[in-house]
Amino acid sequence: MPELLILIPFSAAILSFVIPEKFRKWIGLTAALFILVSSLDLNKKIYTNGIQRLNLGGWDPPLGIALNIDGLSIIFTLLTATVGFMVSLYSIWYFSKGEQAEQDGYFWPLWLLLWGGLNSLYFVADIFNAYVVLELISISAAALAALNGNASSLKAALRYFLIAMAGSMTFLMGIGFIFAQTGSLDMQTVAAAEQHGPLMFSAIGLITLGLIMKTALVPFHFWLPPAHSEAPAPVSAILSALVIKGSFFLILRFWFCVFHEAQAMYYTSLLLGVSGVTAVLWGSYQALIQSRLKMIIAYSSVSQIGYLFILFPLMFMSADPYWKLEAWTACIFQTISHGLAKAALFLAAGNLIQSCGTDHIKSMRNIAGSLPMTTFTLGLAGVSLMGLPPSGGFVAKWMLLQSILTSGQWWLAIAPVLGGLLTAAYIFKILSSTFVSDQKGPQKRNISFFMEKSALILALLSILMGFRAEEISFLLQERMSFDLSGGYLP
Amino acid sequence: MTTFAIYSITAVVLFCVGLMGLAVHPNLLRKIVCLNIMAGGAFLFLISLAYNSQGPEMDPVPQAMVLTGIVVAVSATSFALCLTRMIKERTGQCHLEGSDKDKDN
Repeated sequence: MPELLILIPFSAAILSFVIPEKFRKWIGLTAALFILVSSLDLNKKIYTNGIQRLNLGGWDPPLGIALNIDGLSIIFTLLTATVGFMVSLYSIWYFSKGEQAEQDGYFWPLWLLLWGGLNSLYFVADIFNAYVVLELISISAAALAALNGNASSLKAALRYFLIAMAGSMTFLMGIGFIFAQTGSLDMQTVAAAEQHGPLMFSAIGLITLGLIMKTALVPFHFWLPPAHSEAPAPVSAILSALVIKGSFFLILRFWFCVFHEAQAMYYTSLLLGVSGVTAVLWGSYQALIQSRLKMIIAYSSVSQIGYLFILFPLMFMSADPYWKLEAWTACIFQTISHGLAKAALFLAAGNLIQSCGTDHIKSMRNIAGSLPMTTFTLGLAGVSLMGLPPSGGFVAKWMLLQSILTSGQWWLAIAPVLGGLLTAAYIFKILSSTFVSDQKGPQKRNISFFMEKSALILALLSILMGFRAEEISFLLQERMSFDLSGGYLP
Repeated sequence: MTTFAIYSITAVVLFCVGLMGLAVHPNLLRKIVCLNIMAGGAFLFLISLAYNSQGPEMDPVPQAMVLTGIVVAVSATSFALCLTRMIKERTGQCHLEGSDKDKDN
């Protein structure tokens, strides 16, 4: 029942608006559990029976709105459900005491609304529906980013929201161009229509531009570090691990399911590749020179997002379909491992802030002694970001490097090689300060058992997903509703 | 066809003016207005498509899209205005540059 994955979060969100604040978290946790179970169930169905296409209300696509669930959708849904459940578990304790307690009532409805938006985005098969869902995600994400309520977080949230709205409007303009060219909004019909001429050329440019503004690819990354580092820890985890992946998912959908105008896409893909490599290097360098833990992690997101965009030039430059498939699988692996590792890092950073009162890297002295589990989480997630075996990040970067080398585009190899080194440098910067012994430091507060465990579980998953590589590749290669060279499969 | 050209070119110009204003003006209220000008451009373009199709009747699909878009734009504008007001209350400023400190501290 794929509709349940949309219905549960939305109805729980509406329900939690009307009930008293102290019960909201239990509605949230119950909904999270149900979503996790039903996405696992849907995953099993897609894995054994193949892709699903649903016409809502029994109306066929030109009139009605269809849902399309393939291997790509289910992987993103599962990632969202896993991270979402762990973050929900964490939030129950995070928002239970201190100044965070008053944000509790607002967090749950907004987070469930965001979750429903993300799930609908993954099933989207109608380009205008994609716009509506994107707006829903932007508004609830920006409201979550402003949850702290102090001036710097409000400014960061508004900056994020303005960029996201400009991105949405650009995206809407692109939809207008597609509609003018093809006269349809259904992805499958648009993919089957003739795509040529200046209208389609502009549509590809506008849609890609609008979506990379929301995905925070260099040079549109400037809003991300303040917005992600000023938010409360669970919100930072959601924004960094899931929300930017949502707009990236739409880029993948449009590039591989809808567009097949090869010339326009070739030039755009070169630009995306250059931005991707720049993002990897610039983001890691910025992460290296920051002095606050959450800023380091946020800049690390800027750099890890860059890896995802190396896929696009490879798709057009690699002649061998085998290596195209390898690059595609590598990109999705990177998405999953980054999502899990980044959520773990932000949750661990939240633990540190609750324990030390600040996230300045100098104040983190000797936490290896007082918070060993959180330090271990930082280390494990760092291993996945650096790409050391056997983590998911290693599988992704290894496959990416292989397909770059066989495609002969040596300039793309700068990103995984130099980027990996820089990543190691900023991860060691975090870890080295945790082992400095400091007897005089302020009294550290204790952290709830569940808060430490849920961060640890996410970090462990990002390491262990390397062992489930075969199943993920199967979903990505055998359960797709489209061909990598463009357009839907018959 | 010429009517369509006039409307669609105006729409694209409006869109670009809004985008430029959003990037250039530091004042938050102006930024929000520019966002609405961008939205206006996009909506005008969609509406002009309705008359572009063959036959005397117009296409209802772009109109439905614009209606949905207006609803989204209204709620987004009110949310952005709300954030702007809170920023003004906290810092006394109406732009995103400068110090992020609260007024009281």
